[in-house]
Amino acid sequence: MVKRFLKAAAPLATLVCAAMTPDRGSMPAKSYTAAYAALTSRIPAFARKYGLRCSACHTAWPELSAFGQRFKDNGYQLGNDRDSPIWQNNAYWPIAMRTTPQYRVENTTNQVTVASPGGKTITQAGFDLSGVDFLLLGTLYKDITFGLVPTLDADGTTGLEAAFVRFDNLGNSPWANLKVGKFELDNLLSEKRFTWLSSNGGFLYAYHYLPVGSANNFGFGDNQIGAEFSGHSINSYTRYSVALLTGDDGEPGLPGGKSVDAMFTASRAFAIGSGLGPQRVGVFGYLGHRPTVFDSSGGAPIPGTGSANKSFVRFGATAQLWVGNLEIIPLVSHASDDAALGPGADKPAWNTALLEAHYVATPRLLVQGRYEVMRMSKQGDPAIPSTQGNADAFALGVRAYPFMFSRDGMALHAEFAMTKTIGTAPLSGDGSGVDPATPTTVVWSRSLLLAFDFAF
Amino acid sequence: MRPQTRWLTLSACGAVLLCGGAVRVVAQEAHVDRLTGRAAAGKPLYTRYCAGCHGDEGDSRGENTQWIDPKPRDFTLATFKCRSTPSGTLPTDQDLYNSVTRGFVTTNMPPWVALTPHNRIDLVAYIKTFSARWSTAKPGTPIAIPPEPAPTVQGILHGRELFQRLECWKCHGAAGHGDGPSAKTLTDNKDDPIRPYDFQTGTRFMCGTTNQDLYRIFMTGLDGSPMPSFADQLQPAQAWDLVHFLRTLQPLKTPEATIWRAWFTTHGRELKPIGQEGGGQ
Repeated sequence: MVKRFLKAAAPLATLVCAAMTPDRGSMPAKSYTAAYAALTSRIPAFARKYGLRCSACHTAWPELSAFGQRFKDNGYQLGNDRDSPIWQNNAYWPIAMRTTPQYRVENTTNQVTVASPGGKTITQAGFDLSGVDFLLLGTLYKDITFGLVPTLDADGTTGLEAAFVRFDNLGNSPWANLKVGKFELDNLLSEKRFTWLSSNGGFLYAYHYLPVGSANNFGFGDNQIGAEFSGHSINSYTRYSVALLTGDDGEPGLPGGKSVDAMFTASRAFAIGSGLGPQRVGVFGYLGHRPTVFDSSGGAPIPGTGSANKSFVRFGATAQLWVGNLEIIPLVSHASDDAALGPGADKPAWNTALLEAHYVATPRLLVQGRYEVMRMSKQGDPAIPSTQGNADAFALGVRAYPFMFSRDGMALHAEFAMTKTIGTAPLSGDGSGVDPATPTTVVWSRSLLLAFDFAF
Repeated sequence: MRPQTRWLTLSACGAVLLCGGAVRVVAQEAHVDRLTGRAAAGKPLYTRYCAGCHGDEGDSRGENTQWIDPKPRDFTLATFKCRSTPSGTLPTDQDLYNSVTRGFVTTNMPPWVALTPHNRIDLVAYIKTFSARWSTAKPGTPIAIPPEPAPTVQGILHGRELFQRLECWKCHGAAGHGDGPSAKTLTDNKDDPIRPYDFQTGTRFMCGTTNQDLYRIFMTGLDGSPMPSFADQLQPAQAWDLVHFLRTLQPLKTPEATIWRAWFTTHGRELKPIGQEGGGQ
């Protein structure tokens, strides 16, 4: 039935391409595990600070409502002249923690193993953990905001998801704000405030896909290091941001070159209808570079010395539309890389379209669905089959919040997600995590997740 | 009872119920410009955004109330601070809509300007269901605000004198810092402690940002708080003088402050201090 659904939806796919067979080794797709997918933000510390229920800032947490978006745009300040920490009780500490104990089943077809080099279906199941996010965000002073998000993965590794300082309302204008550090790109459809947690549902192909043989490492959904200048109207209905970012995909230590990437977003919301939020439309674009040559010492590249940069672009449009309590989020995007970042002489290009819907029955019950289709429009090497890398992703979920107040949050989360990829491993990394035996082999990967998602 | 009498009695009861129902229906709606808010649509929004502080029943007994200072409004009393209407009367829908949009500076009530206008007017309609007063009384008539004269040194000095004579300083303090001798004893209509406004706070007043808003505040009073209406004690020209003086207490580059500071540098020593021993002039 699911296959039938995907087949029926296939005409949504954009383009087709050239032909052929891969004679160059295709790189394993970048994996995004459930632990990564859980790195989203929802911050009870703010609720405690301001005495507002989660539902004030979140349509269904962690997704931001229009009010929450304005709060974030204003530097996590309500603007009531009580935002500076001096007004807080001395005992208040701006920290929240989130984790997601879960039971999950992952099922992936055509997986190459030692015992089955031709491929077999692998099913993985059991109780699991998502890791922990430590969400420290707030104000250092009025109109000076900070963010610090250390992470502890379930396997014990640590990370620094975000670390920034933001100067808000420069010149007393909401149109001028400067943020420096590591932060989430200003994506209207945020993966960090996702209501999807499963291995196959917790990321977007639009934000993470890289074609077969790509040497690029960029992901829209990855937090980046740089500086962002942004602004918004008083109600945040009009928003823009421009950012200059080191070309390291958020990796500290200057592993890339000296050039910087540039990102631009703009969106406008309209108070049309009586839905739960305004109708917002937006566009985004990213121009990036990746070095192809490094100075080296002892055979190892010297950080920050990359040169001979080659470019890549991403751009697209998205919207956030409300019909009563039904939220509809379409997104279309186009991506292409310089040939030097790919496996052959051509510039690979691909297109993505997705449609996500949330029915916010009450602040305590969310039903959601998403369908995403990604199609290669041009392979980097004519020898690569035109369909290799194509992907379809479908997800369905329910989140129920047993209580809703200003101290912490908890959701009972059920989700089923499924992807179909051709000639590549799913981005989830499920199964053996390597590409199938042939470039035309279809891989189905399914996730079933039952979780207790909570933050305190 | 004769059949005819019974019929008349029943008809009268029906008419009363009908009228009551009609009033109730009116109370279930709110109107601002072309927007019509409906209480039924406002209820889930109220639960989402407001109930944590104002309580599910609108009685200011939300789970956060115990931690909030000043306490949130008790909608069951239908007493509202920010009105365009005379003291003791109900506010207009526009007044409530403005309050929701603007929020209240130095309190936990944020500006809900990011909500769509439709959401906000629906909330207003629902807020009006918490008190039967909305069914039995109409909002007051908004006060008239005459055109504002240009600020002058003489006007500001006169406003300063009024600030002394009307004993504004007893609560707001001689310099407007909210630290007058009575400040610590003030309570609201529910006997909860309440602080007077500190003019050093910044750009916004409790009920707006403009000179007209400031004029309206002390000519209507903030019902439910110790701030009375001075409508019976001030003529419009006097009220404007007081507005212009109060503007000089803010840490802002207002026209009034510019005029005042220029004069004060040369004449400041001539002034009597404001306060118990002062003459304000």
